Amino acid sequence: MIENTLNFPILSLLIAIPLAGAIALFFFPREEKDAIRMTALGFTLVNFIASLLLLFYFDTSTYKMQFVERYDWIPWIGVQYFVGMDGISLLLMLLITLTSVIAVLCSWTAVEERVKEFMIHILILETGMVGVFVALDMILFFLFWEIGLVPMFFLIGVWGGKRKLYANIKFFLYTLFGSVFMLAAIIALYFAHGKATGVYTFDLLKLYEVTYSYDLQWWVFLAFFLGFAIKVPVFPFHTWLPDAHVEAPTAGSVILAAILLKMGTYGFLRFNLPLTLQASYTFAPFIVLLAVVGIVYGAFLAMAQKDIKKLVAYSSVSHLGAVMAGIFAMNQQGIDGGVLQMINHGVSTGGLFLLIGMIYERRHTREIADFGGLAKVMPVYATLALVIFFSSIGLPGTNGFVGEIMILVGLFRANVMMAAIGATGVILGAAYMLWMYQRVWFGKVTHAENAGLKDLSPREIVTLAPIIILIFWMGIFPGHFLKLTRASTAHLTEMIERNQAVMDMIAGSGRMTVEIPRNGAAKPDAQAQAGADAHVAAVHE
Amino acid sequence: MVQYVWLIPLLPLIGAFINGVFGSRLSKTTVGVLASALMGVSFIIACSIFVHIISLPVHERSIEVSVYNWMTSGQFSVDINFLVDPLSTLMILVVTGVGFLIHVYSTGYMHHDKAFWRFFSYLNLFVFFMLMLVLGGNYLVMFLGWEGVGLCSYLLIGFWYEKKSASDAGKKAFVVNRVGDFGFILGLFLLFWTLSDSGIHSLNYGEVFAHAGSIDPATITIITLLLFVGACGKSAQFPLYVWLPDAMEGPTPVSALIHAATMVTAGVYMVARNNALYSLAPFTGEIVASVGIFTAFFAASIGLVQNDIKKVLAYSTVSQLGYMFAAVGVGAYTAGVFHLMTHAFFKGLLFLGSGSVIHAMSGEQDMRKMGGLHKHLKFTSTTFIIGAVAIAGIPPLAGFWSKDEILWEVFEKGHIYIWITGLVTAGMTAFYMFRQVFMTFTGECRADEHTKHHIHESPKSMTVPLIILAVLAVTGGVVGIPFFEEGTAAHHFLNSVFSHGAAVVNHQGAAAHDSEAIYGGLEFILMIVSVCVGALGIFLASLMYYEPMKKYAPSFWKAEVMASKFSGLYTLLYNKWYVDEIYDACIVNPIKRACAACLRFDLGVLDGMVNGAGWLTRFAAWLSHKFDIYVIDGLVNSMATGVSLDGRILRRLSSGQIQHYALVFVLGLIVIFGGFILGY
Repeated sequence: MIENTLNFPILSLLIAIPLAGAIALFFFPREEKDAIRMTALGFTLVNFIASLLLLFYFDTSTYKMQFVERYDWIPWIGVQYFVGMDGISLLLMLLITLTSVIAVLCSWTAVEERVKEFMIHILILETGMVGVFVALDMILFFLFWEIGLVPMFFLIGVWGGKRKLYANIKFFLYTLFGSVFMLAAIIALYFAHGKATGVYTFDLLKLYEVTYSYDLQWWVFLAFFLGFAIKVPVFPFHTWLPDAHVEAPTAGSVILAAILLKMGTYGFLRFNLPLTLQASYTFAPFIVLLAVVGIVYGAFLAMAQKDIKKLVAYSSVSHLGAVMAGIFAMNQQGIDGGVLQMINHGVSTGGLFLLIGMIYERRHTREIADFGGLAKVMPVYATLALVIFFSSIGLPGTNGFVGEIMILVGLFRANVMMAAIGATGVILGAAYMLWMYQRVWFGKVTHAENAGLKDLSPREIVTLAPIIILIFWMGIFPGHFLKLTRASTAHLTEMIERNQAVMDMIAGSGRMTVEIPRNGAAKPDAQAQAGADAHVAAVHE
Repeated sequence: MVQYVWLIPLLPLIGAFINGVFGSRLSKTTVGVLASALMGVSFIIACSIFVHIISLPVHERSIEVSVYNWMTSGQFSVDINFLVDPLSTLMILVVTGVGFLIHVYSTGYMHHDKAFWRFFSYLNLFVFFMLMLVLGGNYLVMFLGWEGVGLCSYLLIGFWYEKKSASDAGKKAFVVNRVGDFGFILGLFLLFWTLSDSGIHSLNYGEVFAHAGSIDPATITIITLLLFVGACGKSAQFPLYVWLPDAMEGPTPVSALIHAATMVTAGVYMVARNNALYSLAPFTGEIVASVGIFTAFFAASIGLVQNDIKKVLAYSTVSQLGYMFAAVGVGAYTAGVFHLMTHAFFKGLLFLGSGSVIHAMSGEQDMRKMGGLHKHLKFTSTTFIIGAVAIAGIPPLAGFWSKDEILWEVFEKGHIYIWITGLVTAGMTAFYMFRQVFMTFTGECRADEHTKHHIHESPKSMTVPLIILAVLAVTGGVVGIPFFEEGTAAHHFLNSVFSHGAAVVNHQGAAAHDSEAIYGGLEFILMIVSVCVGALGIFLASLMYYEPMKKYAPSFWKAEVMASKFSGLYTLLYNKWYVDEIYDACIVNPIKRACAACLRFDLGVLDGMVNGAGWLTRFAAWLSHKFDIYVIDGLVNSMATGVSLDGRILRRLSSGQIQHYALVFVLGLIVIFGGFILGY
């Protein structure tokens, strides 16, 4: 059943196009590499353009899910095919479809072996990623979440570097370990909801409507936390990331950094905060602490790296620490900044991995010490790299600044000390990025192999162009992007504030359950049932 | 006219873009003319805005021009907007005017450089950000410019990036500046949220200053201190001044424009702009003034013994910036900004002059290898000496009026120690400047034959800007000549901006103003004192370094004798008080060690735990496999029943395949969680 104003299953189409591309590629003879590449590029481009269409029909004035489609799937346990999107999903969706085009482009010459399988995996991965960010049924979400894991497993395992097996097993098992807890949390919610309302469903919007007992929230939050924190990754669950990044092919690294990590932060926004809001208050200070430690720790580790890709991987830990700190500042500025920074990180760190891929393709090394003086040999490359580096450092005028400043504004409101420690990231970030830039691009050409390197080809420039454009566009006119998510983040903030007010009203500490009507949309009977479980009297507004 | 104020920064930005993208394909003449012409047009627009502003009644001289909304998140909403008022008008005049001259100069100075276009692209970009900084109508736009000039400073210091020392210096400048920015943004957040609590959700200067009075004194002290940390970074004050001397690695026009005339004064501008806040925080004022005057003295002491022609000027800049902070710290905002302006003229002149010398000396910067250059470089040496006289504080040149106004205000406001330190520093300034003049332009030339052969006066494109700046360095002081009925012209012009702060200060110092007439006389006496101190500095320098005077000097008054007599002090000064070494030992190295320790922790402990868990799982699998073979199979075999099915299931479970472990794991968890829920 299509429940949207568009009367067209646009989201399913976005999920299906890459899948159709993958199926189409099955029938290609494996020798026709260029045809395969062109076809893959065609499908990703079509998907990108299709996703741009969403912008024309998207209503920025509401937080409610749009372009909704809902079909029964496994009715006897309440599983549906239920998709829809709000502003947060929309921004991430655009990032996915764009990143997929870039992933195909950047593998054009980098991948010569098994091109067919490679492209098929990229396309399936795109399907999985799109699905994750639009699924509104928990089982469907979980399914897409796991679908995304498989092609990534192969991308690293088949086209990866020297230690790919180790990195791959670690990546796969670690993520799986987390997702098991996530599934457990989903099932716990399923039963709790069923018990409270008599309706057993995995429908996320229905699950939102019930306020669960604090004890359950506590456990569910923790289980979700494990699942998402590993994916983000939040300190100290990050050790799979550098290994996976270093071993992954460029396209894999780009997608991993730009999208897959965002699944974790998205999960916190979509599940932890709205579903287990009261537990979120309890956990927020700890998560902010971990996030801020991550900012500093990631930066320190980045500074100690000798491998360019590892350095960028650790810088991701630092940047995502900032995103997490923003989200769990639990105010408008923090969440807005966190959401924007998710996109920013996708753009700038995706760009950094592209840069690394380009030089790796030429020199087959990523040791910082093997370079030096590249600015002389490859001026265009050096210039574009400089732009992306400063975006990553968060220079005003680039996208990185807007997200960073909003996160810090929000975090400062939530906890001054944490904001002060987190803000040291602006110093450390500049230090490790500029140090690396100096060692790779500045100085004299000390290795003869570097002297004859070719500057970027037109294809490579086209690959980087959208990144450069976005860096300035989002830096100078962030309003165009913030506008899309404002209704969603404002709604979330309003919910947080409303709850906060109620929490403040009830003096006392320790484990306590407060029942609050959610979104004003809760059904009376559902509330009555949920209220029966409550330890403390229900508070109605 | 004022509505088009955004054109002023936009034009250099266009120049930066065109030269940056297409510059490599354009001729050097086109690149240079384009960049300079855009600057010239900006300057003309700035002049017309100045004319417009003075034609307005005093109370209407503050115009906000909003361009668009930059970012909004809840109550945090920031526009890209400009504030045109006397202070920003003065600043844009200085930036575009001096900027234009330095652009013209650079067309000559950089003519032999291959990356000519890149240089002008950066230089234009710098001017864009600097104009955003001084024109911005709220703190975040100021911060945009603030960081942007830092970027350009980084790019231009490291312009000759193949040189390790240059790229090191660029990096150091950016990172040290970021330390300051760290303080700045925290101050900004505190300010925003403090005002937000009282219902003012804005970072626009107008609204912030209007409501500054509602902030409690402790908070405003912290806010102003944090903002001052930013100023310390950008304006090279102790303890964050260390990047500026190193920044001399950049091409000399860059040193003149960025590291003398404009960017480094941003901190002074910031404090002056925030006079409404700083006047409410007298404690911060004390700190600002103390840091300023200490830096002035400290840097001057290092400048006494340096031998690199640009390093002397660099420490001199740090020292002069210290004066400006001393002024704004005691609430003499006009005096601080006045000195900022005259300093832009004479220090810009001195740097460009030193560039002309270096140009003539084929790149040599060591003054010990110069000497006697006056006869070869008439224009350069004459203008340089004018600059030196100006900075030494000899009337009627510009530097005298501005420095003297600072010293007078400091004295008048009762900061005797600051006044004395300032006076001593003025003497040191005169000494090291004339030491430089004598070492460079008089006596015998100590260069090698090859260099000597090439000494030549610079082209017109370089000497004409020198002459114009020399004229400004002589006459620039007229706007600050006291003894008029209405106070100085500068005072008059800037008064409306500083009235916020002045209202508070005047209120406190009302008693001091009662006896204006007596002070008028005292001011004159102090003026004579400071002139004498300056003259004494020049005289002492001439005894030590000027050939014709050396014979009158007492035997101990010789550079070598003094150096060996006070060798400890000399070594200390020569090595710049070992501040860089102290920073390395106390900050840089510990951080490096912490990085290495974190890496060991990450690989050893955190990753070790993950790997350990993996190893344990495999060990458990191995155990269960053995269990399977020996115990289960053994049982099965011994019981000789036909239920080999069990064994097969168990073997399946311990098959070593991830999916199976996961499946078991999931099922187990479902059971546990399900049970928990159902039983709840």
